[in-house]
Amino acid sequence: MLRFLTRRVLGAIVILIAISFVTYSSFFALVPNPALLSCGKNCSPQMLHQITINLGFDKPWIVQWKDYVWGIFAGRDVTNFPHCNFPCFGYSYANQESIWGLISSSIPTTVSLAIGGAAIFLTIGVGLGMISAARQGSTTDRVSSAVSLIGQSTQIYFVGPIMILIFSYYLGIFDRGHDPDWTHDPIGSIGGLILPCFVMSIIFWSNYSRQVRSLMIEQLSEDHIRSARAKGMSKSYVFLRYALRGAMGPVITIFGIDLAAVFSGAVITEFTFSLHGLGRLAVDSVNSYDLPLEMAVVLVSSMLIVFFNILVDASYALIDPRIRLA
Amino acid sequence: MIIPEQPTETAPAAKGSSFLSVQDLKVSFATEDGIVRAVNGLSFDLEKGRTLGIVGESGSGKSVTNLTILGLHNPRTTTVEGQILLDGQELVTASDKELAKLRGSKMSMVFQDALAALSPYYTVGRQIAEPYMKHTGASKKEARDRAIEMLTKVGIPQPQTRVDDYPHQFSGGMRQRAMIAMALVNDPELLIADEPTTALDVTVQAQILDLLKDLQQETGTSIIFITHDLGVIANIADDVLVMYAGRCVERGTMAEVLDSSQHPYGWGLLRSIPHMNADVDKPLMPIPGTPPSLLNPPSGCAFHPRCEFRDKVGGDRCVTELPRLELANGHLSACHLTPQQKQDIFAQQIQPQLG
Repeated sequence: MLRFLTRRVLGAIVILIAISFVTYSSFFALVPNPALLSCGKNCSPQMLHQITINLGFDKPWIVQWKDYVWGIFAGRDVTNFPHCNFPCFGYSYANQESIWGLISSSIPTTVSLAIGGAAIFLTIGVGLGMISAARQGSTTDRVSSAVSLIGQSTQIYFVGPIMILIFSYYLGIFDRGHDPDWTHDPIGSIGGLILPCFVMSIIFWSNYSRQVRSLMIEQLSEDHIRSARAKGMSKSYVFLRYALRGAMGPVITIFGIDLAAVFSGAVITEFTFSLHGLGRLAVDSVNSYDLPLEMAVVLVSSMLIVFFNILVDASYALIDPRIRLA
Repeated sequence: MIIPEQPTETAPAAKGSSFLSVQDLKVSFATEDGIVRAVNGLSFDLEKGRTLGIVGESGSGKSVTNLTILGLHNPRTTTVEGQILLDGQELVTASDKELAKLRGSKMSMVFQDALAALSPYYTVGRQIAEPYMKHTGASKKEARDRAIEMLTKVGIPQPQTRVDDYPHQFSGGMRQRAMIAMALVNDPELLIADEPTTALDVTVQAQILDLLKDLQQETGTSIIFITHDLGVIANIADDVLVMYAGRCVERGTMAEVLDSSQHPYGWGLLRSIPHMNADVDKPLMPIPGTPPSLLNPPSGCAFHPRCEFRDKVGGDRCVTELPRLELANGHLSACHLTPQQKQDIFAQQIQPQLG
């Protein structure tokens, strides 16, 4: 297991270096004059020249890339800015702030939203799938399939406002969604996350319920289910311990992918509920041509995706002993 | 489709006093294409400590019968009629809860493909221990010890370490042994073995059969052994029941059925066995035709489309009338040929062809 993890982590580092190279070259090397983006409206040639030198754009771009990657870990000095410590992604062109500062301030929202949403969509999706499989072909099965399909066919920006209208304005049960502040107001933070997490989870339901339903039905027809029943184990025991266990593998795979997706920013949910997470940061950075910020968001997201992939592969081994690695 | 609703068996049917008594069992499934009558009026008895071999082609109703005894059929699509008495207890009408109490303790089953029949996700030890804990209320530790004891009993080397292995780490023969250990962990009085040796090579097959015989002597378990391999039947069974299209066509002791079959289907089975010492170029003699569809079984005797002796019966009775299971030359067979005809055909045409 340890060897497997080491190998995967080393592989992940190679992948991340490659990603950083490709994104860096496409963002910086292919933009005709990136210094122009940082120069502002009243840009004189002298200023432009100064900025070009300050940001290192006069160097060959392979050196720029090396400086950038090295700077992430070792920190770097940028003229006219305070020293940029690890993890250093440079300074924003748009508002001159430290990029890591921008990212880390959006992390509580993103992580809370991701964990909350994932917990809800996993529970509801798998739950609906299990109910469907247990009552295959019945009305319950059809209703639960319909619920999850309707869920997938809706849009966050459509359901979101309706939910806010009903639960926040009419009924007043939940907050209409705001950024969490876990240190000062943990209870209020939960209240502000319920609606966004729930609404975000809706589009994921059917993915899980359909997968779980078909996997469980397939599992339930397996011989080992019959022999477990022949041993006298009860229906529910066999259902949960044998069939569900067998259905977990593929579910974990799509869960890993979805988790990476929600962790790297849920753009539409964040805009619908006026939250400030990674997704909004990404969109803002694109809108303002803020190249270092875009670069950083891409890197952080890809790091998360690679990380969750490793996690999924490792948990495979826990679930299925047949692929346990020496 | 005409299905004669006349009594299917009259001759010495179940007395109801033996350990396992199946009487006039009828099992049918509702499918999209219609009703499949998988078992159609089957009766047999099994005494304690004896082995009944059930022989028949695929789809003859062997496995369905036994899944029904355990109550493992799908209750939503399956209709079961008749009576199954296990030690005096009626199983057809029993609730699933009552059956679950009996399954794995009083009666248990060994399946054909042990790799598929054991869960890949749990250790062999845990799968053996599970029914022991469930039925005896033993602790985890006790159940683990019991699992090791059972693995020793079925001849798994180094049971102390093997108990923590997963099924995929076992060889084919060991998996089948583990499965037998799992079925016998609560000392069941009835063991149903559904083709337990079919997926194994011949040497392992022989070992498994010996193991079953040894364990039977030790515990006095009754065994129902399902197979389509007559060689295996000759090795293990005391009594033999030949099934065709959901009915019993022949029943008797192993020697009676295998040495002096009284039914054209039994003859076909016997003749189809290739012989080691026969000429290499001697063609195999399969039974012509294919097993009938149970969705729409042939009228009269279900074997008539494939039967080469049917013109010996007058008046087209084979097509119109269902033969009853009757005593003929020592044991029960269901065929319109007269006992004398059967005797003659077997002696003159069949026996000389058997190696």
